Amino acid sequence: MLQTGILIFPGINRERDMAIAVEQSFGKAPKLIWHKETDLTGLDLVIIPGGFSFGDYLRCGAMAAQSPVMQAVKTHAARGGYVLGVCNGFQILTEAGLLPGALLRNAGLRFLSMDTMLSVERNDTIFTAHYQKGQVFRAPLAHGDGNYTADPATLDRLEGEGLVAFRYAPGAGGAESQNYNRNGSARAIAGIYSPNHRILGLMPHPEDLVDPLMGGTDGKPLFDSLAAA
Amino acid sequence: MKPVTAELAKSFGLNAEEYAKVLTIMGRTPSFTELGIFSVMWSEHCSYKSSRVWLKTLPTKAPWVIHGPGENAGVIDIGEGLAAIFKMESHNHPSFIEPYQGAATGVGGILRDVFTMGARPIANLNALRFGDPKLPVTKRVVDGVVRGIGGYGNCVGVPTVGGEVNFHPAYNGNPLVNAMTVGIAAQDKIFLSAAAGIGNPVVYVGSKTGRDGIHGATMASTEFDANSAEKRPTVQVGDPFTEKLLIEACLELMQTDAIVAIQDMGAAGLTSSSVEMAGKGGVGIELNLDNVPQRETGMSAYEMMLSESQERMLLVLKPERSEMARAIIEKWDLDYAIIGKITDTGRIVITHKGVVEADIELAPLSDEAPLYHRPYTSAAKPAPLGATHDPVGFEAALLKLMACPDIASRRWIFDQYDSTVGGQTVKRPAQADAAIVRLEGTNRALAITTDCTPRYCAADAEAGGAQAVAEAWRNITATGALPLAVTDNMNFGNPEKPEIMGQFVDAIQGMAAACTALDFPVVSGNVSLYNETEGKGILPTPAIGAVGVIEDASLATGLAIAPGQQLILIGDTKGALGQSLWLREILGREDGAPPEVNLLSERENGDFVREHILNGAVQACHDLSDGGLAIALVEMALAGDTGLTLHPSPEHIPAHAYWFGEDQARYVLAVSNPTAILTAAHAAGIPARHIGHTGGDSLTLTGGNPISLATLRDAHEGFFPAWFA
Repeated sequence: MLQTGILIFPGINRERDMAIAVEQSFGKAPKLIWHKETDLTGLDLVIIPGGFSFGDYLRCGAMAAQSPVMQAVKTHAARGGYVLGVCNGFQILTEAGLLPGALLRNAGLRFLSMDTMLSVERNDTIFTAHYQKGQVFRAPLAHGDGNYTADPATLDRLEGEGLVAFRYAPGAGGAESQNYNRNGSARAIAGIYSPNHRILGLMPHPEDLVDPLMGGTDGKPLFDSLAAA
Repeated sequence: MKPVTAELAKSFGLNAEEYAKVLTIMGRTPSFTELGIFSVMWSEHCSYKSSRVWLKTLPTKAPWVIHGPGENAGVIDIGEGLAAIFKMESHNHPSFIEPYQGAATGVGGILRDVFTMGARPIANLNALRFGDPKLPVTKRVVDGVVRGIGGYGNCVGVPTVGGEVNFHPAYNGNPLVNAMTVGIAAQDKIFLSAAAGIGNPVVYVGSKTGRDGIHGATMASTEFDANSAEKRPTVQVGDPFTEKLLIEACLELMQTDAIVAIQDMGAAGLTSSSVEMAGKGGVGIELNLDNVPQRETGMSAYEMMLSESQERMLLVLKPERSEMARAIIEKWDLDYAIIGKITDTGRIVITHKGVVEADIELAPLSDEAPLYHRPYTSAAKPAPLGATHDPVGFEAALLKLMACPDIASRRWIFDQYDSTVGGQTVKRPAQADAAIVRLEGTNRALAITTDCTPRYCAADAEAGGAQAVAEAWRNITATGALPLAVTDNMNFGNPEKPEIMGQFVDAIQGMAAACTALDFPVVSGNVSLYNETEGKGILPTPAIGAVGVIEDASLATGLAIAPGQQLILIGDTKGALGQSLWLREILGREDGAPPEVNLLSERENGDFVREHILNGAVQACHDLSDGGLAIALVEMALAGDTGLTLHPSPEHIPAHAYWFGEDQARYVLAVSNPTAILTAAHAAGIPARHIGHTGGDSLTLTGGNPISLATLRDAHEGFFPAWFA
């Protein structure tokens, strides 16, 4: 079982959702780690949840990327540790240089809160083993800055090296199909891996769809995949 | 600083009689700061001087009410040792002057009212009224208000799960922004504001104090004129990040035993929080303003006492816990300052730079606050609407109504609000008649709604007040939840006009009757008067926020129908078109009497529906309101992406009145066993009819042409995106 910790930056607000999803699949509550920690020894998986770290008054994630704990995350990543960043967590990972590219303001310049469809680009990573390759699943969005961008060479490399984790998918024509790539991401990229596939950043929130009561369990396989690792 | 005179008092909003009272209480001419304190404490906003005598007539008690009106928010027992703490509050005046910040700080303020009592906020809702959509200013206000609500609520991480929006030219110069927050606390961990403990430190926590919002409470107590834009500096600026820190810091501190009393600094800031805390505790309070964290230099005592800078709290702590408290607050990067102490003098004494700037006896400041029995005249009851002729037919009327601003899909709005953060949102906006939010770690959920039909209130404020309460009760019932209590947000014009005061009195009387009949007490609320611009008042708008509980969240029922279900109409249909949207949108008329509110039928029909939802016999349920039966059916069809086939209208009612009449106390149920429901209804004396079945991809009236769901969806979804394209 992966020893798992969730980082808490001031202004993070989806740590509870994430902890619930992790505990449901892992059978064990994750540790909550304050952003002033400098040692992540003993953790296998570090999760950076969504929210508005430091208010996101500078570029989203830019302040958090300078927090003491992010040096420890870099050390953790360098020794091959797993990292999952969702929404603000993804933004923080790009600001910290652990993933390439950047998340710009949404196309349309409005906050987007809605369900969208995602396609699984590969299912041979620790994050996606419980999905099928090509599977399309539903996930809620909730962000103002999710418009993934990178220079064309970087985008080509991400695609060429199999580092695109999830793409926004048109879906089957239901309401979610209206929400296809609403934030305007380059090549409809919703999530990407590091070259060793041990760091995953994505904008949508699989942690908010792990219970039939909340409208589905489409996000649960991601946590089941990690739990089985 | 100007000399204190009756004229200055007038410019502060105190009339001659009120100023004379100040002189009597003080026994001398008050200082500038003292005058400021009296003027805000005695403003309509803080003192409820025009409304108090009538608010007292509302029912506020029930076995499940833990704290009714008088605290920062109402508190009710929701089982399993938990309490729901909730309130709705207006931020109307600021939202017209500066829509984004006005709405944002409205959300921030109501959140603080709830978490100051020890609750973690779990849901936000908002009841919004805007002017004529054809005016450019309306578009600007809508855009700013929606962005402001989203900007604040999304950042603090509280899901915005519901609300309502109306448009009417009466709100052209005076939009209404009513924000509601619901929080959850353990029943044995509820924090109150009454100060105690002579010598205990008074602690300031949160953002620094600036010059923003000075006299905001006074501004909120006057009418608008052409120069209102000059009042922009009285609007506060919100910082949701600091609010989020404040929530976490306060809730962490509340896990300890450090806090004796706590109150947020809302309207009238440091003045109202310190005066109310000491007053409720029957003690005195001494503040040294030198220690107040300030973000501007050279602030006077007057400015600090009247500032409405946001994201601030005032605490009374146990002295031996104050250093531990400091560590928790500073961990969250918030200011922590001991600014005074509790005394036994019964006075508030304000010192700044070694000078006593204010020294006022607390008891008369509250006990002798003005209380007005304003003269009122009730409007004559409107004549019933006579027979109407349908000039357009079913399909044209349906498409027009589905597309009209008061019915059109609100998706464009709620798509900008984070409705899922927290991971407990069982029914999101537009999925059910009330939002359903589960209580983390339990199977229980709250059902939450806001309701008011201002056009009914304008025609007959008593019927409208009753209808607002009844519709809130019905919306909670339609999910299967048991309605428990309400918060009211009374938005009216100038109470010094007898006809406006008459609207207020009538609405209260209608609400009181409905709350009594439905066992639905009022536990908190807010009054916003003087909603007038250049002498023209808004439609009377007693917005009702309501909370109910469902023990098994998996039984909560939404709107979405599925193929193969039978449709049952519960309740009596007479075809009431007075004040209906059909009348307004199709005939261009706003007249007649609003639909009759029969509280006995509401109760009986609702209890019947809830019982059968909880039995598992109902797959989908929707109450009937704006636009009547046809609109409710189409909303259910669109929610479930499933068509329906409907029996023709009965012969004794004109077709348009049957389909679009707004008779109350009605629900549509989608069920698999219609015979069982009809039999049970018959036995219980509940009016019930089989009206059709579900399936396919269009709406078909028997004998008529099908109207495709795609056409209906385009009509319904079009308004907001086209407006803001």
